[in-house]
Amino acid sequence: MDVSIRNVRKEFDRFPALHNVSLDIHSGELIALLGPSGSGKTTLLRLIAGLETPTDGSIYFGPEDASLKSVQERNVGFVFQHYALFRHMTVAENIGFGLKVRKGNDRPPNEQIRKRALELLDLVQLSGLENRYPNQLSGGQRQRVALARAMAIEPRVLLLDEPFGALDAQVRRELRRWLREIHDTTGHTTVFVTHDQEEALELADRVVVMSQGRIEQVGTADDAYDRPNSPFVYGFIGDSSTLPVRVENGEIWLADRTVGLQVNDVPDGNASLYFRPHDITLLDGCGGCIAGTVATSRRVAGTRRVELEVGGSQHRVEIELPIEHVAAERSRIAFRPTRWKVFPDAQDSTA
Amino acid sequence: MTYAPTRWRFRQPSVIPGFGPALGFTIAYLSLIVLIPLSGIALRAAALGWSGFWALATDERTLKALEISFGASLIAAIVNVVFGTLVAWVLVRYRFPGRRLIDAAVDLPFALPTAVAGIALAAIYAPNGWVGSLLAPLGIKVAFTPLGIIVALIFVGLPFVVRTVQPVMEEIDRDVEEAAATLGATRLQTVRRVILPGLMPAILTGFALSFARAVGEYGSVIFIAGNIPYVSEIAPLLIVIRLEEFNYAGATAIAAIMLVISFFMLFAINLVQTWSRRRYGYGA
Amino acid sequence: MVLEATHHMSVADDLSAGRAEKIKPRDGKRPNPVSESFGAKVALTGLALAFLALVLLLPLLAVFVEAFRKGPAEFFLSLNDPDTFSAIRLTLTVAAIAVPLNLVFGVVAAWAIAKFEFKGKAFLTTLIDLPFSVSPVISGLVYVLLFGAGSALGPWLKSYGIEILFALPGIVLATMFVTFPFVARELIPLMQEQGTSEEEAALSLGASGWQTFWYVTLPNIKWGLLYGVLLCNARAMGEFGAVSVVSGHIRGLTNTMPLHVEILYNEYNFVAAFAVATLLAGLALVTLVLKSILEYRYGDEIAASAKH
Repeated sequence: MDVSIRNVRKEFDRFPALHNVSLDIHSGELIALLGPSGSGKTTLLRLIAGLETPTDGSIYFGPEDASLKSVQERNVGFVFQHYALFRHMTVAENIGFGLKVRKGNDRPPNEQIRKRALELLDLVQLSGLENRYPNQLSGGQRQRVALARAMAIEPRVLLLDEPFGALDAQVRRELRRWLREIHDTTGHTTVFVTHDQEEALELADRVVVMSQGRIEQVGTADDAYDRPNSPFVYGFIGDSSTLPVRVENGEIWLADRTVGLQVNDVPDGNASLYFRPHDITLLDGCGGCIAGTVATSRRVAGTRRVELEVGGSQHRVEIELPIEHVAAERSRIAFRPTRWKVFPDAQDSTA
Repeated sequence: MTYAPTRWRFRQPSVIPGFGPALGFTIAYLSLIVLIPLSGIALRAAALGWSGFWALATDERTLKALEISFGASLIAAIVNVVFGTLVAWVLVRYRFPGRRLIDAAVDLPFALPTAVAGIALAAIYAPNGWVGSLLAPLGIKVAFTPLGIIVALIFVGLPFVVRTVQPVMEEIDRDVEEAAATLGATRLQTVRRVILPGLMPAILTGFALSFARAVGEYGSVIFIAGNIPYVSEIAPLLIVIRLEEFNYAGATAIAAIMLVISFFMLFAINLVQTWSRRRYGYGA
Repeated sequence: MVLEATHHMSVADDLSAGRAEKIKPRDGKRPNPVSESFGAKVALTGLALAFLALVLLLPLLAVFVEAFRKGPAEFFLSLNDPDTFSAIRLTLTVAAIAVPLNLVFGVVAAWAIAKFEFKGKAFLTTLIDLPFSVSPVISGLVYVLLFGAGSALGPWLKSYGIEILFALPGIVLATMFVTFPFVARELIPLMQEQGTSEEEAALSLGASGWQTFWYVTLPNIKWGLLYGVLLCNARAMGEFGAVSVVSGHIRGLTNTMPLHVEILYNEYNFVAAFAVATLLAGLALVTLVLKSILEYRYGDEIAASAKH
């Protein structure tokens, strides 16, 4: 089921949570909404589910305007961060609930509901636990039950709100792999919310990076990591170093010297240079480079992370060096980014 | 390597002082004011002997009074479960002007002396009272009938249900209701299949507390009941009557029966809570 | 021990924060999926309010209306009676003895139960709650059996000139019995929530046991204590059944206010009965107001589990 979000705006008591968001989700896709808290990712997910009503705009499921439908009619599977299992029902009763509350002829007979619940329980690898109560399960098991419950109604879209947020790291990694497998077998269009970039990049076909109620970038994990299209995405995904620079005639200047990099799509004026600590090359001489003195140096796994003071002590950038490099304190290092991006600073209207 | 068995100890070691004196005082005071006087009932009842006790307990007037007390309490507790849950729901879920005031007013039966409630209810439900005069043309008599007992017991028992159910209702996770909605449940289905079953332990506890209080209630009932033997005479009143006749044995027998039943109720409440906590992870 | 307590507390904080976040303001054209339609809300609220009006408001109103049925002059006249005054005096005296005693007991019992781990703690807590599940009439009866003519103790005390039944001591004892758990059951959950880390900190800084209690524990429980005392006092002044059994109803001597209401009512002196009742109803209203203020302002410092 394709899901199309068209110019959706959402305000809570005049407080804008989403500004004019548009997004196309393809059928069968596993997509991640990634952003810090307050970025509007959960609101967007709840709008798709019908748990919230958009202030403006509409949401299409295939050709049909779903925003006219209530949450009950929308037929979405929603998985909550804290599971939201029904505590007084057994695992099998939880999973069968969505079928049990159907009306008239749509409601399968009891033995069929039970059979379906057991099948799903098998799918989520919890066979044999059907008569337990949620209270008797571990966090990871509860979340599997919650997913089985959401899938029982054969949802058109599967929506997961920080599904692994309440679990510890080990279980989290395990469930992440498992969710991908389930998705590949069942082929549900799936949208999940997370603030964990590792989770989003590893799991999703496409990542939607959100900030302050807006979509910053939509793309594959490679797009988001290698080709960030905004300072926010650069800063939010992966490690990055930034320096204030100036662009003059396509040449990038750091204070009074050139860096040795050229841009042609950035207007003259103040800008910021972004690069990843490991996307650099060391230089011996400095005919166009970034040079600084080593402030701190520490070993991180197989590499050496070095913090350089650039331009006196005004700015610090982090770069990654081979472990053999001594990087003695106060020694001078010159380098040039190999992969980088320059974003012009926002125009100061008072200037 | 061998492990020494952990020594049985009465209390965990603690640096905080005063355990001995505090516990000693507590037990002494508890014994003097509550336990020793209460055990007097057991001793007196035992002194009657089994046949003596049985004769007093199965006295027709006693049985009838117990039946009236327990029957009226049961009906009142059921009414309170229905309306108490409704009141709790409205107070927890809806916002309307005066909600705080009404929330506070629910405790009125805890604060208002029972004798005051009794005479007020009698005045309202008397044939010439505000409500009594409305009901009289319909042929319904409340004051001085068993119906009056029920009315008084509804008054005293209401806050028990509301105050037991209300906090549990406040803790209901909205997620769970949203989950039911995404699974296609209508609001009514969500309330009936998800919310109410979740509240059941609290509702049962509220019912039991309201019932237990009603069974023992005296002050608010005697003014409105009419106190006609075999018709509207409650067990606590019969105890008082037996005492006034200096029939201590008779009073003791009725009291012993009531105590046994209340302790059984108390035990049942604990059982429900323990069971619910073990199974679902929450009680009331 | 200390670490563990802090850990539990932070977990509880997280949970409650998560819950608060759930309640989000809503707007929009469709009804809120986790609430009822507007019509249903109005109907349910209306039904609940009508029930409360009938069950709670009407009786309260009736007390005042009946008291002023023959005008304010008659109201004040009927209050101005030596027997009424002595009933008021007796009620105040009884509360002034019973409440402080149960206050001391409540604090000491809560200290023993909440600050220490020992075997049989749950059982002891149940025993403290016992008077709540005993009929007030039986609460009076136990003292009649203990000190009455048929007992060993009563006549023996009488030979020394000590009257228990049908006298002040009996009334005080019966009142203490029925109000016994109020302070303790308010303080126990509150002090359990607070744990022992603050006391341990004070002791480690060199404070004595008394100093620790006085400067650390007491300030932490003062609002909860006040709350318990308030409820204890309301019940002490309003108790009817238990006191009725032990008092002997001697006018001007062993009649408390609630008993005096009964006597006046049974003498068909309705205006006077309701006039005295207004005083008790006023006490109830003041109690409710103070209770609400305490819950509103110091809700966090009053154990929620002890609302009664």
